[in-house]
Amino acid sequence: MSFLNYLISGISLGSIYAIIALGYTMVYGIAKMLNFAHGDVIMVGAYICFYSVSRFGLPAPVGVLAAVLVCTALGIVVERLAYKPLRAAPSLAVLITAIGVSYFLQNAALLLWTSNPKVFPNFFAAKKADGTVITGIDLAGGQLTISYVTIVTIAACVIIMLALTWFTGNTKMGKAMRACSEDKGAAQLMGIDVNSTISVTFAIGSGLAAIAGVLLCSAYPNLVPTTGSMPGIKAFTAAVFGGIGSIPGALLGGILLGVLEIFAKAYISTQLSDAIVFAALIVVLLVKPSGLLGKPIREKV
Amino acid sequence: MKKFTCFLIALAMVMSLAACGGSSNGGSSTGGSTTPAASGGSTATEPAPDGSTEAAAGAFKIGGTGPLTGGAAIYGNAAKNGAQIAVDEINAAGGIQFDLRYEDDTHDAEKAVNAYNALKDWGMQISLGSVTSKPCEATSTETYADRIFALTPSASSTAVIEGKDNQFQMCFTDPNQGTASAQYIAEQNLGTKIAIIWKNDDVYSKGIHDTFIDEANARGMAVVSDTTFADGNDTDFSVQLSDAQKNGADLVFLPMYYQPASLIFAQANAMGYAPKWFGVDGMDGILTMEGFDPALAEGVMLLTPFNADATDAKTANFVQKYQDAFGEIPNQFAADGYDCVYAYAQALQAAGATPDMTAEQLNDLMIAQFTSMTFDGITGTSMTWDASGAVSKSPKGMIIQNGAYVGMD
Repeated sequence: MSFLNYLISGISLGSIYAIIALGYTMVYGIAKMLNFAHGDVIMVGAYICFYSVSRFGLPAPVGVLAAVLVCTALGIVVERLAYKPLRAAPSLAVLITAIGVSYFLQNAALLLWTSNPKVFPNFFAAKKADGTVITGIDLAGGQLTISYVTIVTIAACVIIMLALTWFTGNTKMGKAMRACSEDKGAAQLMGIDVNSTISVTFAIGSGLAAIAGVLLCSAYPNLVPTTGSMPGIKAFTAAVFGGIGSIPGALLGGILLGVLEIFAKAYISTQLSDAIVFAALIVVLLVKPSGLLGKPIREKV
Repeated sequence: MKKFTCFLIALAMVMSLAACGGSSNGGSSTGGSTTPAASGGSTATEPAPDGSTEAAAGAFKIGGTGPLTGGAAIYGNAAKNGAQIAVDEINAAGGIQFDLRYEDDTHDAEKAVNAYNALKDWGMQISLGSVTSKPCEATSTETYADRIFALTPSASSTAVIEGKDNQFQMCFTDPNQGTASAQYIAEQNLGTKIAIIWKNDDVYSKGIHDTFIDEANARGMAVVSDTTFADGNDTDFSVQLSDAQKNGADLVFLPMYYQPASLIFAQANAMGYAPKWFGVDGMDGILTMEGFDPALAEGVMLLTPFNADATDAKTANFVQKYQDAFGEIPNQFAADGYDCVYAYAQALQAAGATPDMTAEQLNDLMIAQFTSMTFDGITGTSMTWDASGAVSKSPKGMIIQNGAYVGMD
């Protein structure tokens, strides 16, 4: 029974990684750049949602919507100001810029919202008649509990994954995105507006970050300006694990990473769990360098 | 042209570096020149002839660094505010006058040294060290080298005072807290099976954990679960909590800051696990987290030297003034800051120090005073300090009831 309990904890943690990883992988797959500021956009989304709900008393769905809108706008602005001028620059320059944007967002949040930790409200809790709050479904006579947040997160992951796959496969904009990801120069020659395509990619990625932020903070309700940075790095690892650029890979990598982390803690050592997780990542990358579901890269000789 | 600009910039940098070097040299050389005068040591104990002139025009420049912004800002601001209240009271009463200045170190060792240098340029005579341990380890090395006396309100690591004759603490050292917690739990029969969750990349948490385990073993207490977390995996505690629950722990000891603790309470609540919780001074502050449901912390016990509910006149006066000025109940860090300033006032008075003395002279006077005096403050009575700089006072057990701290004994 404790095995199943650990499995459920692992999936809860993994689903959070997965939803963040989807944003990473989508931007990487199309714009071919690692947006290290993704984790911080998540933090901004969580703050927007927190303030609209806790301070202004708006209902939760409106708070989430506000977070999505603000983050989408933020994504477009960041892309215009920080990444667009570097379109022709080597990818290393863009990477460093992304790290700079990440620090900028963290410090801006520190000034705006101070460092005092906020406790995020749980949107996924039901109140029973006797006033006790239930946050999950009990199974097997109360020995197993799956929280509502986990269920919502997994559902959101699957929906987002399907929607993104459909969007990139079947719409005009989606086709333009795939074309940009193949070859920016050729896409431009075919009459595709590369700049606006990449802007849209960032807008979608940042909107997803807002949703991820709300779910992250609903599951682990501590909100500080650095909330997004470590989960962001873990989710980046998850995206690499599953094969960066592959949308189903992000989901698989995220869940596996979460389960692996909890199992390492439970059965090996709480002190070494991170070391074990990253050792597993190294092994996967040695055996399959493009990640679990990544496209194999053919090298031309 | 470009090269010329570069050259100019480089020149400017060199000049500014030289300027920095010059000023710090100047500082230490003035310190050096006074060494022979003060090193006699006898001046420290005999009251200065002009002992009654403390109401002279000047004020003692007293400075400290602390995290006024950043993740640990709650501690820095509390200590600063507490010290400010004490300074205002003392200045209003006439007699010794203080001029207090705090600089922000954002809980970062490097910035703390910069902040310390800014204080030194300002002319700081006695120091309040730094509020948190890591920065204070850095600034204490500087104050030791510069012969500026420092009394830190709350930097509890032993490295702060180790091997430095002029570094003193108002708070318990980390090992002290671990031992005291184990003693308290054993003496009050709070738990039979104990679990510990601690942060293994934090000296504060590890120091308390190690001495707690030693003391628990010596007393034959059963520690049934001992699990850790670190930066980066400090959000999910399901494994640590299930381990404690599986092993039947009825008391969980949490030597950590309140941020991870708040997550632990929420997750334990979700899994229906309700042991007794026992924390240390880092737990102080949990009730002031915005949006935190105080019901989760109901019954949490912590060992802290300060109890804002105490009814003695001194504490009541401080709590009232703090609430009026800053709109919240002061925590232990605020009380430590307050006590530091009063301890200085008492020591300076007894030594007959005057504001025109150099930092070096005051340093020797203060060392002699602190190792011999007894101080009654709001974080303890009959406090004494040994030559190492560690304080001796008895901690108070507190419990959170209906969203407020209540004394346990």
